[in-house]
Amino acid sequence: MTKKGEFNLLAAAVMAAMLAVPLVSMADLQQPPASDHIDGMYRLTEGQYRNTIADIFGPDIVTGGRFEPTSRRPHGLLAPGNYQIAVSPSGMEQFAAMARKIAGQVIDENHRTALIGCKPAFAGRADDRCATRFFSRVTPLLYRRPLSKPEVQQLVSIASAASATTHDFYAGLGLALEAALVSPSFLFQMDELQALPGHAGEWALDQYAKASRLSFFLWNTSPDEELLEAARKGKLQTSRGLEKQVDRMMGSVRLKVGVRSFFFDMLQMDKLADLTKDSIVYPQFISEVRSDMSEQLLRTLTAQLIEEKRDYREIFTTRRTYMTDALAAIYHVPVPVQVGWFPYEFPADSARAGILTQIEFLAAFSHNGRSSPTIRGQGIRELLLCQAVPDPPGNVDFTAFDASHAKTVRDRLTEHRSNPACAGCHKIMDPLGLTLENFDGIGVFRVSENGSPIDASASIDGKDVKDAVGLGKAISEMPAATSCLVSRLVEYGTRRPSTDKAWLANLNSQFAGAGYRLSAIMKSIAMSDLFYARYPRPLQKETR
Amino acid sequence: MKHILNRRAVLRGAMGSAVFAVGLPLLDCFVNTNGTALASGAPLPIRFGTWFWGLGVTPVRFFPTKAGKNYELLPETQSLAQVKGKVSILSGFNASLDGNPNFPHGTGGPTIRSGTAPNKPATLQGPSFDVLIAEAISGNSRFRSVDLSPMKGGASNSNSGLGPGRMNPSEDSALAFYNRLFGPEFRDPNALNFTPDPKVAARRSVLSAVGDQRKSLEARVGAADRMRLDEYFTSLRQVENQLALQLQAPAPMPACKVPEKVPDVEAEVNVETVAANHRVMTKLLTMALMCDQTRVFNMNFNNGASNLTRPGSTITHHQLTHEEAVDAKLGYQPEATKFVERIMQEWGFFVTAMDGIPEGDGTLLDHMLIVAHSETCFAKIHTVESLPIMFAGRAGGRINSGLHVAGRGDTVSRAGLTAMQAMGLSLDSWGTGGNETKKTLTEILS
Repeated sequence: MTKKGEFNLLAAAVMAAMLAVPLVSMADLQQPPASDHIDGMYRLTEGQYRNTIADIFGPDIVTGGRFEPTSRRPHGLLAPGNYQIAVSPSGMEQFAAMARKIAGQVIDENHRTALIGCKPAFAGRADDRCATRFFSRVTPLLYRRPLSKPEVQQLVSIASAASATTHDFYAGLGLALEAALVSPSFLFQMDELQALPGHAGEWALDQYAKASRLSFFLWNTSPDEELLEAARKGKLQTSRGLEKQVDRMMGSVRLKVGVRSFFFDMLQMDKLADLTKDSIVYPQFISEVRSDMSEQLLRTLTAQLIEEKRDYREIFTTRRTYMTDALAAIYHVPVPVQVGWFPYEFPADSARAGILTQIEFLAAFSHNGRSSPTIRGQGIRELLLCQAVPDPPGNVDFTAFDASHAKTVRDRLTEHRSNPACAGCHKIMDPLGLTLENFDGIGVFRVSENGSPIDASASIDGKDVKDAVGLGKAISEMPAATSCLVSRLVEYGTRRPSTDKAWLANLNSQFAGAGYRLSAIMKSIAMSDLFYARYPRPLQKETR
Repeated sequence: MKHILNRRAVLRGAMGSAVFAVGLPLLDCFVNTNGTALASGAPLPIRFGTWFWGLGVTPVRFFPTKAGKNYELLPETQSLAQVKGKVSILSGFNASLDGNPNFPHGTGGPTIRSGTAPNKPATLQGPSFDVLIAEAISGNSRFRSVDLSPMKGGASNSNSGLGPGRMNPSEDSALAFYNRLFGPEFRDPNALNFTPDPKVAARRSVLSAVGDQRKSLEARVGAADRMRLDEYFTSLRQVENQLALQLQAPAPMPACKVPEKVPDVEAEVNVETVAANHRVMTKLLTMALMCDQTRVFNMNFNNGASNLTRPGSTITHHQLTHEEAVDAKLGYQPEATKFVERIMQEWGFFVTAMDGIPEGDGTLLDHMLIVAHSETCFAKIHTVESLPIMFAGRAGGRINSGLHVAGRGDTVSRAGLTAMQAMGLSLDSWGTGGNETKKTLTEILS
């Protein structure tokens, strides 16, 4: 199952823009890496892998393959989990198959002229000159750093030997490219450290690792040639040089790719791949609805936050969104004659406002056959407010518990509140979710459940809220909503949750000062020294 | 070196890469006269597998009351009637928490598999015993192990792995499993012609060149990353080994028959669809074993807090276990037990399928050991006391079967230690804290 939200939907536009610029020769990037050691290896995500391949070889190169999931959220996000996973045997089979598929296309007759950039003297033999040119240019983009001469030489030798065995220059080059594509230098982002000048005993990412951190944060792809070149010249070490790159990258169409990828992680949209809905209870939940609902959410977010540069808090209250005819059937809104996506604004008296009333959230945070105020409430607390809800106690005594005769979910949850062991946590989660009870397990509006009218009122952190619209307003007014975004952005970009309270407080006030504009906070983070520092303290090299 | 042309050498193509044809009829001549070994003298491989199901059992309807042979079958174990003599049931083995919380549905599984209580939900603290066994017995087979789950969301539905965050993802598509096993890279061991592909040979040496980076990288990373690099390079070696196998004429496996391609069915959570997918996967798995593509497998029927449901139902198996009252007259949850019975029917199917394939002097099941278990005993209250565990098969005569073994509160690690010893690992104690043990299941280990 593909992760649509992470994909480079703009790859075609980006590629066109990229091809207009002549490719800078990377040959002068060949100098040995200077850092002391590697502090963390981050396995590329599916989106990063696919985006990188599309950026280097073009969006028409099919990567195929299946990625093993990052099944771990060590904290709020998946991103840090990629520091912990390696490659299982079946995952490696997939990487090898993808490498074969990609390399096969790069050397095929449709692509070789454009992508290899030189011709061998004889097609049936090795040609080290052409192979050297190819690997000198392409491998730094794959490894996100310059290669040492022996590293290039190794790939050229592999190509040479394989060309000799196969009697085919291109086949040999393709096999050596496969080697680069399964290499740990490509599949893992290596956080190379260097001593921080002027701060004795402190360490920061070296210039190339810094370029990668920036590029994965803003674009969810590997650094382009211009960024690597800026790193090589040491420009990322000055705030002026860094700002120039940050501004350039934030002005690019690729920023949308990066922002979509961030929200995909923050809103746990990876879980949609495994979402099921009972087809008898919810016959309307067809596959178009499933794919369109996540696109609707991501479109709403990028339109609000990037195109219109609106206040982040408005995502909880906005009535503006985008529709397709498949979605319109669920939302019961009139469908225009046109096909595809169209902007839509819910009327002022609608029960819907903000992303929490979009069916993506409502369906994802429900059971297979019914809604769940508990799951929805937990989702809001944990995902959007960064508030931890304790795990249910293992010894919770359900023996006397019987809620099978309750008509509405509220009735059923009242049972929980009668049990003090349950009430502690359920009162944190349930009230938020109860305000969304006018929407069933796939987000269709309803006024009753099993013949009983639905009461969607609740008291949320001391505030009386009437319904879902009131919930959105209440959330938008909580300071936790904006500080949660800040800490998640930091965690996403550095792939480690930050415990640096002073830095987070500073970012929070910068965010407020900028009217809670997403681009402003992303720039503040990208310009922070701490974003590239190894903190809290430099890594102690483990004894072995 | 002098070539001794025995039958196997002829079949393997002693002349190396030349195309050759075999004139011998493929008969039982590949197995020795008493059926206990391949004609080459190599003993029949002993396989190992696990079969996991979520949400436990209804204790009074599952565990036999008396220990020993000829245990009685209760409603939730009726499906074992045909294979009872080859299945042992363990009761009274507990997971010791060692100061960690009992994570609902996230403690029992990892404790059974790694011998250590998890400090985070559903997290293996170290390698699972199936991985340790795979390292020891997978030999030269194409896949070190295969991981399957017939239920939607299968990838993360796994109890196998090397440690925290390093789970082996399960395959939930029978078609993808088919393609992985019997796709273009499969070498039919009984094919009459064999031509090694020079491109495969070239690819293999390319991959071994990637392995050259290992030393320089290892010198520059910390201990945790060194472990991950080790996993990466081990996985790379499996791919290299698979290429190497493609370059050799495979040893003939007369019982290996390439199955028909299976239809592409999307995995589901509805119990009947999951069961149907499980049956297709089981049949493919039997052939994977008979073709010696793998010697180790993990089948995960459903996940811990199982979303299994019935079509049209607004409630899942998991919700039922908590929300349904224990019927005062019956003494159990009438709806929840139906799910357990349904799951156990599939376990019965699985064991019977393995027992239905003749091999050597017995059946495939006789030459394997399957450890089946759940992650809780009574799901309504998440108990990790008396975790349900079963041993199926005879592991080539290395274990006794058909017993009810009562644990009387001992740690579940005794099951893992027994399985590892039965599979030939040299290991005299296993587990940590309250789950550390030196005691095997002496009734079972012959």
